[in-house]
Amino acid sequence: MENKNMQKMNNSKSNKATIIVHSGDMDKVYSALIIGNGALSMGMEVSLYFTFWGLQRLKKGGLEKGPLSKMNMLGLGKIMIKKRMNNANVASLEKLITDFKELGGKILACDMTMEIMDVKAEDLRQDLIDDYCAVGTYIQEAMESSMTLFI
Amino acid sequence: MVKIKVDVKGQTCPVPLVECRKALRKATSGDTIEIEGTHPSSKKEIPMAVKSLGSEIVSIEEEGDTWKIKICKK
Repeated sequence: MENKNMQKMNNSKSNKATIIVHSGDMDKVYSALIIGNGALSMGMEVSLYFTFWGLQRLKKGGLEKGPLSKMNMLGLGKIMIKKRMNNANVASLEKLITDFKELGGKILACDMTMEIMDVKAEDLRQDLIDDYCAVGTYIQEAMESSMTLFI
Repeated sequence: MVKIKVDVKGQTCPVPLVECRKALRKATSGDTIEIEGTHPSSKKEIPMAVKSLGSEIVSIEEEGDTWKIKICKK
């Protein structure tokens, strides 16, 4: 029985990525979604686990609200980077998260963060969220993954 | 046998890769996908993705800054 489980794990191991989105900074949410979409595009399964400041980005209207992780300068730096991103024709976070779901990516929300930060399920974009869970689910997903990142 | 055309000219990372994946998901076995773009890295990364998804690159053409990749869905 145990052997069978191990076998199952080994078989699925090479083809899954699990990413913790701990930061709510705009640039880091971009990293998470670009890597997630890239992995889906190359045939991997992907789970994004939103926790702490990252979870704030799943609030209704919150996706694009994060500051820059560096040189935010009270939002001035963000405006500058946004302008440059527009010029380079970089996709919006909204498009990236829509594509992520369309390609079968999974979005998990940390229920402890919801409790600590008093976030109700109805405050969140429930249409995007596949499950509300805790560390056990992350570890379970990570055990099946060949790649796991903390952003 | 359907021919699907995807235009990602002017689009940057990760859009060309994502649009290629979307087209491959919609296609059925034997269909051809023709994807045209300008993002330099995608020219080498789309073939990587196609290979890992088990489909086949038919041809890669380049004219100026524009590349055109033909894929056969397996």
